[in-house]
Amino acid sequence: MWIYEKKLEYPAKICTTNPKLAKVIITQYGGPDGELAASLRYLTQRYSMPTGRSKAVLNDIGTEELAHLEIVATLVYNLTKDASIREIKAAGMDGYYADHDKALYFVNGDGVPWTAAYIQSKGDPIADMNENLAAEQKARATYEYLIQLSDDPGVTETLRWLRQREIVHYQRFGETLEHLYDYYSKDHYYFMGSETC
Amino acid sequence: MKATRKEKLIKLMAEEFTAIELNLYLDTHPQDKRALELYNETVERLYALLEDYERHYGPISNFGLSPSSYPWQWIEEPWPWEINFCDREDNEQCGYMKKS
Repeated sequence: MWIYEKKLEYPAKICTTNPKLAKVIITQYGGPDGELAASLRYLTQRYSMPTGRSKAVLNDIGTEELAHLEIVATLVYNLTKDASIREIKAAGMDGYYADHDKALYFVNGDGVPWTAAYIQSKGDPIADMNENLAAEQKARATYEYLIQLSDDPGVTETLRWLRQREIVHYQRFGETLEHLYDYYSKDHYYFMGSETC
Repeated sequence: MKATRKEKLIKLMAEEFTAIELNLYLDTHPQDKRALELYNETVERLYALLEDYERHYGPISNFGLSPSSYPWQWIEEPWPWEINFCDREDNEQCGYMKKS
């Protein structure tokens, strides 16, 4: 069960009409290292986690990523909502416009649609947690590239906050990985997948 | 959206963010008593802010977590993505920090 809260997690700031910037930021909506991939990856991996703690971390971070997805959407929505056709064309967003107008759709900066192939759910908690550590670093790097590309001070501030969240999540996943190593070394032998008891 | 409402909303967002951060920390540090104290204190402050905001502006949560006055308030705009927190002077749609 999820409950919607009618507010953003962070007060997103958009100071310009800027379809060119929207066109690259949308990769954090539907790109390979974006917030949709992050959220769905963690929420689906939680079913095969062995401990209350690892289930909680994936549940809670997966839920927070949905809030980040909404913040990214808010950036794209506000950067484009007042854009004229001329500005859309100048920004190279005309291909997107032809398919979606200014609606939000899950694509990367080049229009490639989101795919479940971006994520993995391996059933091996150690493998999954390592994937998640990498995912947070890739998302951090993406936000840094977007900050370099941003010429809107409010959007830059919002992207910097989103980048910080990747660092916190990385920290929590690192602690969870250590906890999983501890769990397997103390209470069990290493789980090998197909064994029966 | 009026400045006072935006200010209240920002306070509420800040308080809930504190709760989120402490929540994630506690997930991996469940025996940190100081963090747990901070979390429970944050919950109390958040409840008070939520109650005040919802009394003035309608429910933040639906599905039974907040009551509504008549007529059903949940459908009222703006929705979260329609609120811009840009504080630049030349941005008309926002300016919660603008001096009026």
